[in-house]
Amino acid sequence: MTALTLEAITLKRGGRLVLDGVDARFAAGRLTAVIGPNGAGKSSMLEVAAGLLQPERGDVRLGDTALSGLRRQELAQRRAYLPQRVGVDWPISVERVVALGLLPQLPAFGGLPAALLPAIDRALAECDLIALRDRPATDLSGGELARVLLARAIVGDPELLIVDEPTADLDPRHAIDAARRLRARADAGRTVVMAIHDIDLAFRFADDVVAVREGRIIAAGPTDEVMRDTTLSALYDVQVRIVRDEYGPTIRFLD
Amino acid sequence: MSGRLLIPVLVLLTLVLALISLGIGTLGLDYAGWLGGETSGAARLTGVVITEIRLPRMLLGVLTGAILGLSGAVLQGLLRNPLAEPGLLGISGGASLGAVIAIYYGLAAVAPLAAPLAGLAGAMAAGFAALLLARGGGTLALILAGAAISSLAGAGISLALNLAPNPYAAYEIMTWLMGSLANRGWEEILLAAPLILLGGGALLATARSLDALALGELQAESLGVDVRRTRLLALAGTGLGVGAATAVVGTIGFIGLVAPHLVRPFVGHRPGATLVPAALAGAALLTAADIATRLIRLDSPIHLGVFTALVGAPFFLWLVLRMRSRTP
Repeated sequence: MTALTLEAITLKRGGRLVLDGVDARFAAGRLTAVIGPNGAGKSSMLEVAAGLLQPERGDVRLGDTALSGLRRQELAQRRAYLPQRVGVDWPISVERVVALGLLPQLPAFGGLPAALLPAIDRALAECDLIALRDRPATDLSGGELARVLLARAIVGDPELLIVDEPTADLDPRHAIDAARRLRARADAGRTVVMAIHDIDLAFRFADDVVAVREGRIIAAGPTDEVMRDTTLSALYDVQVRIVRDEYGPTIRFLD
Repeated sequence: MSGRLLIPVLVLLTLVLALISLGIGTLGLDYAGWLGGETSGAARLTGVVITEIRLPRMLLGVLTGAILGLSGAVLQGLLRNPLAEPGLLGISGGASLGAVIAIYYGLAAVAPLAAPLAGLAGAMAAGFAALLLARGGGTLALILAGAAISSLAGAGISLALNLAPNPYAAYEIMTWLMGSLANRGWEEILLAAPLILLGGGALLATARSLDALALGELQAESLGVDVRRTRLLALAGTGLGVGAATAVVGTIGFIGLVAPHLVRPFVGHRPGATLVPAALAGAALLTAADIATRLIRLDSPIHLGVFTALVGAPFFLWLVLRMRSRTP
């Protein structure tokens, strides 16, 4: 069980301050949603959390170890990261794309070791891809590709999973499926972080919420505590009302 | 043909073509006598022609074709662009300019290896320039730097042709630019082969990273790939290998573009798995093209570079049409 901790992270990109002293803790076994308006620094925060972007100041720790102290391959094995827009450039089969997630585990030469094949089958089954395994990844619909990329991310069973906008461009059915799969990872004890614009979905599936605005965290904690009219109104600069009915809470944006 | 058979088939094809290449020329030779160890004049002549003329020509063709195919496959994978080819980084242009300068100043007439050595220097200079220009930037910076260096080298070559002291110098430059394996011997091989092998090693080392790069640079980084190092290996490998080959043989177009496309469907389009087959396909293609230039008898010999462009350009066109039909 390894939590991810960001401590006093300051990040500049192109001379602009993107993250300004960010402290955050993502607990193991919980699904944390990172919410906030466009340009708030959500994606940058996730890239820093994934160890792909070096902050100006501050530390990122996975459990007790600093990310910067981990070797490239070890970090790749323990953490999976799925950016917002991923395309597959060649018509590689779905199975092979998923197998790319095992790259850090592979020996330097040769093909896939037989011992890793069950992991691929499991990831394909978990993301409902068995029927598509031989299809070229370039021929898939948006929803199918999203599933393939998620399978790619979870095939190595990483203890930390960071996903940027897993539901962007997906229809409601596929968006709910995607959120459900991330929820299942958290329930299996992994640390799962997702940046998400669909706050209804975040409300429904996330355990914790981190609200980011202008490079700062304005609220963080259990979903019910952060998802309040006043907090969300301040976060998005629009009047927000949370309406509760027999089907659960819905978020309404007013002018 | 399944992927498993691809490499053996390509090896066999290259070997057969190499043997045919050894047997083709204008002289009628006494192969049976030479192989039987006879000491007659005809048998001895056969031995000299084969070991001193045709064998180095064949080996140079195989090496050059292999490094062009390999470099093309690496660059297409690295840049995630099916139209990438070894000339893209400006290294072939630099090698050509170096050799042209040596010819222009008459050095090539004095020392036979002057043109290849100057070509090598040009390739290295172009490689370093590309590296410096693209330092810190990403893949796009590398492409743009390569384009700038290519144009500059092209302008330099035009200038040399423009200022050529006499028509013969211009003719010599033109002939060199067309690329050929004719009149290349063991000296050229000794000069180029070590660099081609070294460059080939650097290019082969990128295979795993190229597979991950199929998902983009950020995904590759997250999978533990050092994208900067991969870029550096591809540039250094192309600089050494293609630079050395171009310096000795001249500009040979389209092999590096075409070879990866021919083998890609057989390896499931995986960029890393394309490398070895693309090198073999390049070797087979170049050897076949060299055989064709010797079989087609016109008033003056067809140069290898001209032939590969004549055959390669229609393929390129077909590729463009096919891609257009795929992407709306």
